[in-house]
Amino acid sequence: MPRDRRDNTGGRGAWPTLVLWLCGAAFALPLVWMVAGSVRPAPGSSAGVLGRAAENYAAVWADPTANFPRYLRNSLLIAGASTLGMVAASAVTAFGLSRLCWRGRDAVFLVLLATLMIPGPVLVAPQYLLMRELGLIGTLAPLWLPAWFGGAFSVFLLRQFFLTIPRDLDEAARLDGCSTFGVFWRVVLPLSKPALASAALFQVVASWNDFLGPLVFLNHRELYTLPLGLQQYQSQHGGTPWNLVMAATTLTVLPVMAIYALTRRWFVEGSGAEGLKE
Amino acid sequence: MRGPAHASDGRTPREVARGLLWASPWLVGFAIFTAVPAVLSLWFSLTDYSLLERPVFVGLANYRELAADPVVRAATRNTLAYAAMAVVGGTALSLVLAPLLERGLRGSGLVRAIVFAPTLAPPASAAMVWLWLYNPGDGPLARGLRAVGASSPNFLGDARWALPSLAFMGLWSVGSAVVVYSAAIRGVPRAVYEAAEVDGAGPVSRWWHVTIPGIAPAVLFNVVMAVIWSLQLFAAPLIMTRGGPALSTHTVSMSVYLNAFVYGRMGYACALAWVQLLITLALTILVLALARRAVVYRAG
Repeated sequence: MPRDRRDNTGGRGAWPTLVLWLCGAAFALPLVWMVAGSVRPAPGSSAGVLGRAAENYAAVWADPTANFPRYLRNSLLIAGASTLGMVAASAVTAFGLSRLCWRGRDAVFLVLLATLMIPGPVLVAPQYLLMRELGLIGTLAPLWLPAWFGGAFSVFLLRQFFLTIPRDLDEAARLDGCSTFGVFWRVVLPLSKPALASAALFQVVASWNDFLGPLVFLNHRELYTLPLGLQQYQSQHGGTPWNLVMAATTLTVLPVMAIYALTRRWFVEGSGAEGLKE
Repeated sequence: MRGPAHASDGRTPREVARGLLWASPWLVGFAIFTAVPAVLSLWFSLTDYSLLERPVFVGLANYRELAADPVVRAATRNTLAYAAMAVVGGTALSLVLAPLLERGLRGSGLVRAIVFAPTLAPPASAAMVWLWLYNPGDGPLARGLRAVGASSPNFLGDARWALPSLAFMGLWSVGSAVVVYSAAIRGVPRAVYEAAEVDGAGPVSRWWHVTIPGIAPAVLFNVVMAVIWSLQLFAAPLIMTRGGPALSTHTVSMSVYLNAFVYGRMGYACALAWVQLLITLALTILVLALARRAVVYRAG
């Protein structure tokens, strides 16, 4: 990390550093309190911190009114199926919108950009009716099937990346006898691994975090995902067992944070910051 | 030599067909999951549709009812108030945080990572965490305030506090704006800062006269996105307050959801969704118009 950046004149002193650290602490605090809340003792428990953690997390896993393992399985299935489809379909579309030259391409791209601005909730009611017509209510399909047609954000991300690959490579491959699909499969995709990984990560997180979709499309408990199932831990027979709620919440937040910790660069570089360069 | 892709500027039917074929995954998905639902929604908004019986055409009756519906009025008021608090608060906070992170101070990398992390937390989980933080009994905030001798407000249980409490919670996920501003600040030429320094500008003056104008396009982009997102506020009030107390946190998105899926009034819900889209569009245009005037003002 270069110590010498932009706005740094004489202000390298102790005060700005202190303010910065306090800000960091403030942003970390809710997560710290979440974990601390998850190891509060259950009523009547006299175990130590680790024992209480074991008790609470085991209670969440085995809770009879909720079904955590089932919710986890559903969340993982949807995340896996939707990510696979999202990356594959978006890559094909992005290739058509970046490395092929055809009349109407820019119009399609403009429509795609415009859909990024449509708030999701606006269309969720008619989408539900559509899924019902298709006989998909009562299954997990409404949450992963649309991903197999790609998504505007992923297409945009991949297209911007594909545009940076030199055209000479396509032409050399064609001279060697590659078909259009060959250029896509043997030239563009292998060179785009970081962008494909970014698109996959964003879809995993978007799918894992989705609340409105599961709320609307999933109509019985066996199908619930974690964000929806989480609500089951609230206020059972009177007072809310906060230690269990926070333990369950921690278990839903942990996977995203783990992915983030391992792949931070892709996330921060892919998010929005890239979207401004054109 | 130009490759086959350029052979005739892509005008031949063959090339157009090939292009459409490659773009077809998204095009087909767009038709099925966006265009068709949009048309259906427009039609349903003109009908009385209970989901159990066929839709009955009622003209603009849904829209007329919306205009007089006290719940919708409260929801619109709350949504606009939330958007104002969230956009202004979030923009101010991120415009202070991003330059601070770009000063090359010790620990910047770690703080940047921590500030961005909450934007990835599932909204439903964030709602549970803040429900606990705001808990008036033994929640951490209430206990903290009592520890220093202050009395804790009932954050979510008091109609005056509930909406501001949700807006404050929204500041926790300001990290994506911070990341965009950080990237933009790195693009401001160093020489401009040095010139400002030679002219005797202090840190605050440099922030206001160099940093902010230097990253204006990024600010505009983020404000537009923040307006669009904050007008959709849904998961937090649904989970944390159910719109209460006394409708003080009821939002437009909640009304759409409740009418469509709980009250069985699909037509009415679709009409409200269109009104929501129009409000969003109008505010986006307003922001862009204000931005244009601000640019003219600063330049002139």
